[in-house]
Amino acid sequence: MDKQSIFEAVQQIFRDNFDDEELEITRETCADDIEDWDSLEQINLLTAMEKKFGLKFKLEDVRGLSNVGDLLDLIERLTA
Amino acid sequence: MNILDRPLDPSYILQKKRSLKRQLSAAPGLVPKKIALLSGSTIGEIKNSLEILLLANGIQPTFWEGEYSRFYEDLVYDNGVLKEFAPDFVYIHISQRNIRQWPLAGEEEASVEAKLATEIGHFTRAAQAALALGCPVILNNFDLPVWRAMGNKEGTDISGRVYFARRLNLALAELARTTPNLYLNDLCYLQARYGMEAFSDQTAWYAYKYCCAIDCIPYLAQSVANIIKSLLGRNKKALALDLDNTLWGGVVGDDGPEGIVMGSESPTGMAYSEFQEYLKQLARVGVLLNVDSKNEAANAEAGLARPDCLLKKEDFLCFKANWEPKDQNLAAMAKELNILPDSFVFVDDNPAEREIVRRQLPMVAVPELGAPEEYIAALDRAGYFEVTTLSADDKKRSEMYRQNAQRAQAEGSFESYEDYLKSLEMIGEFGAFDPPHAERITQLINKTNQFNLTTRRYTPAEVEALMEDESHITLYGRLIDKFGDNGITAALIACQEGEEARIELWIMSCRVFKRQLEYAMFDRLVEACRQRGIKRLRGDYYPTAKNLLMKDFYATIGFEKIAEDEAGNREYLFEIPGDYQPKCGVMEIRLV
Repeated sequence: MDKQSIFEAVQQIFRDNFDDEELEITRETCADDIEDWDSLEQINLLTAMEKKFGLKFKLEDVRGLSNVGDLLDLIERLTA
Repeated sequence: MNILDRPLDPSYILQKKRSLKRQLSAAPGLVPKKIALLSGSTIGEIKNSLEILLLANGIQPTFWEGEYSRFYEDLVYDNGVLKEFAPDFVYIHISQRNIRQWPLAGEEEASVEAKLATEIGHFTRAAQAALALGCPVILNNFDLPVWRAMGNKEGTDISGRVYFARRLNLALAELARTTPNLYLNDLCYLQARYGMEAFSDQTAWYAYKYCCAIDCIPYLAQSVANIIKSLLGRNKKALALDLDNTLWGGVVGDDGPEGIVMGSESPTGMAYSEFQEYLKQLARVGVLLNVDSKNEAANAEAGLARPDCLLKKEDFLCFKANWEPKDQNLAAMAKELNILPDSFVFVDDNPAEREIVRRQLPMVAVPELGAPEEYIAALDRAGYFEVTTLSADDKKRSEMYRQNAQRAQAEGSFESYEDYLKSLEMIGEFGAFDPPHAERITQLINKTNQFNLTTRRYTPAEVEALMEDESHITLYGRLIDKFGDNGITAALIACQEGEEARIELWIMSCRVFKRQLEYAMFDRLVEACRQRGIKRLRGDYYPTAKNLLMKDFYATIGFEKIAEDEAGNREYLFEIPGDYQPKCGVMEIRLV
């Protein structure tokens, strides 16, 4: 999948999850920028991404993800 | 879209929970309840999914969340925080991850037995501490361990971990069976249903300490929500069943009774027969079966008369085989049975029929149906009829409704309604609330909506407390007539304050409307007041969407309205006259 498609799919996941169709994310967006994005919510975002991209993250994959950019890179790596 | 009428879509519930919550919270008439969640492992998303599933069932939860994995300490060493929260329900979210002392492979018997006793004691004490809060407690049993060092032997050897988990589960089942107010959420069954690979996801445990895969959380939440909504009297009560391609394969009007498919001759036949068997089982626990079919009545009856048809015409309360719109048939059935349409589940293989009922009667549950071999799952998975209490009344429910039909027929042959009532040879049996009838009384209190003046609900613990309380008058009423025993169908609670008493609860099952049982009960209440020196009775009426018929009830029995506010809440007063004349003259009164 190309970078732009991945980005758009991930942005839609964020929009669904936080119930905000206007939500705009960038590579730098992190948990501090979205009020409801805590560690528990992170799990939901990752689960939605697994479903969307047909992936199953390993333990190593989900460590140290600190912003949207990390998420996008992870998906790009696993769908390459 | 009603999320309860399709197979649950976990992704949808997990991803769209915020917008779902928004939509579902806007529904009118939500019942607020407080739920305490005790943690054996991460409960964050469990709370979110449970909130959605409860809202979908018309319940608005407020949660108290225990500390991570501290269910035992939070319950057993509560410093008053939980007591102060005063939950309506407690859910103890434990799993096999909370078993602290597993047997070691090859460990000797005495030592394993000691471990088993310790574990059982640990969870029993937690459950008992929760029960001391005076509300229903829902406890998980244990999912099976995901590895077996001894292979199959783990299931039989005394030191086997699978054997150990199964024995623990048997002990918990015994505990739930013998302990009032304790309900088991069968986590072990959920794990089996979704499969160990799907359910017991190791990543979810190691990374997030969830005892099951994130995807399974909505199913877990549905299971717990089903128990809660059942206890709150929100189960469905009746099925409206199509016949052709629903109870049997084919169309009896075209294929004739010999040509329709059921029985053991073919795979599809077996699927339909097992579906019939399932429906019979539902009837045994009090679900009312009814036919809503587009057919000539004679053809429909011929299909049911086939020897290998497990369901017979007599198994159905209402039998509507005609060419009328099915939603109109359903509305008519509801009237005949004296229950509301929202108590119905409509089962029809035809998507067009399902759509009509959904549109015309949006309060009726209309599950999506796939192939005949999937019909049982469509009903079973939804949990429309989750059994929490099984009283003698439930088992006889069909029979009681059938007797009502006989009464209705007899009514036709009398000149005056009063003569008809007298001909029923009714006996009204009244007594104070007592332990043998507490379960049925509590069930009645929590599910009666129409003849219910205050719609006040009581937990089993509150009902029990009333029995000891001198300041309260309690009455239950049972109606028996020549056609049979209707069971306990009325209850009243009044609180005495000196020379006055206030009626806090007065309910009666719609099953026994128009028999003057309410007058007989009032006569009993007046008698009880006389004995206690009570001179005045006060009664309140709080309007709801379902009890509007009770608006002027107090006025009809001689009460005077003394207050009314803009919301329609009313207060009434009755001065008990010295020469009070009993209002009910159509039945024999028995006091127990």
